Amino acid sequence: MTLYTALTVLPLAASDHEGSGGGFHAPSISEFFPPAIFGEGTIFEFNRVMMVRVIVTALLILLLALATRNAKLVPARAQNLVELGLQFVRVDVAEQIMGHNAKRFVPMITTIFFGVFAMNVAGIIPGLNIAGTSVVGLPVLLALWVYFTYLWTGVAKQGLGGYLKSSLFPPGIPWFMYILITPIEALQVFIFRPLTLALRLLANMIAGHLMLVLCFSATSFLLLEGGGLIPVTSALTFVAGLGITLFELVVAALQAYIFALLSAVYLNLAVEAEH
Amino acid sequence: MMSAVASTVLLAAEETPNPFLPAGYDLFWSTVCLLIIGIYFYKKLLPSMNKVLDERTEKIEGGLEKAAEAQAAASAALAENERELDEARREAAQMREVAQEEGKTIVVEARARAQAEAARIVETAQRQLEAERQQAVVSLRAEVGVLASELASRIVGESLLDDARRSRVIDRFLDELEAGVVEVENPVREL
Repeated sequence: MTLYTALTVLPLAASDHEGSGGGFHAPSISEFFPPAIFGEGTIFEFNRVMMVRVIVTALLILLLALATRNAKLVPARAQNLVELGLQFVRVDVAEQIMGHNAKRFVPMITTIFFGVFAMNVAGIIPGLNIAGTSVVGLPVLLALWVYFTYLWTGVAKQGLGGYLKSSLFPPGIPWFMYILITPIEALQVFIFRPLTLALRLLANMIAGHLMLVLCFSATSFLLLEGGGLIPVTSALTFVAGLGITLFELVVAALQAYIFALLSAVYLNLAVEAEH
Repeated sequence: MMSAVASTVLLAAEETPNPFLPAGYDLFWSTVCLLIIGIYFYKKLLPSMNKVLDERTEKIEGGLEKAAEAQAAASAALAENERELDEARREAAQMREVAQEEGKTIVVEARARAQAEAARIVETAQRQLEAERQQAVVSLRAEVGVLASELASRIVGESLLDDARRSRVIDRFLDELEAGVVEVENPVREL
């Protein structure tokens, strides 16, 4: 909520300065809605962020394909790295959470982890400079994928009644507590889980991008347009920008991990009757 | 929150869109990218990597199995060797025993043969001695007559003075001769 208000304030601040020509342009939410390259107004509208997504998709597949094009028994360096990543998702995320149920969900969780990480990390790759996950469509799509998969799995595994009972009426609680618990659990299962999945990722990526833009545009402004000794202070903002870039690398990995981990948790709740 | 979202949506209709409501094109390109990534992972990357992993597991298991086999073969060979060595030792011991036994019998036989030989030699010697004694007896008998007559003639010739002694000597001689002849006659008859 605070993030949201902050974001809505920013464009106002930016537009205040627009009249005076030049000056400092604070980053705004419009960063994430650049002008269309083609297809404006249609469902195929293609802008810079969409282009980043397509490029990241191509790069991800290209790198993975190159690393594993001659997958050998004794792996070379690149193949080793890919195997390490795949093993991390399989063992430390899927099997850690789901145990013996992990096998059928490993491809899904692996796709989510690698996809989210690649899209996130685009935010600090020079030339791309914006995360594919910083526009709401992709996080929402991923969250819906997880949402419908765990609902489908839960109903398929435990039956509609069984799944509702195990999710809405957690065992081991006195009956009158259900008056309180059941509505909360219902909100959890049907609304909050997918919503938080999508919003957590989106907000992190938006915030990260805004911080980066703020630091570097401030550096540029202070250096080029500041009078007297002010350009010296641009070093500060520049170093801050570098720090945030490294921080964003961590966030990119962390958010991909959290998304994959929570997906595994939700899927596991659907597979296992008791929790 | 709802009112804030609603008001921004209204505001954003002209300026910037609501960052939390996905636009159609946004969802479209997200779907395209996610589909491509998903298909690549599901159909290509994971199967091929799983194949490699399985193959590797198989290889390692095969290697372990082979090592275990080699181990078993080696210990079997060792046991076989020991068994054979044992057998050889036993055989050698048996042979030694047999040889000792044989040696003993050989010694016993040799001893027996030597004893028989000795007995034979002794017997032969005794027989020879007997024969020589017989021969001596025979030759003595031949000479005794001569000697006796010689002795008699000497006695007769030199001591006729003492009649009494003379007659006694003759008597005794004759007696002895009589006895000696009887004694001598027997072995001669035996021969």
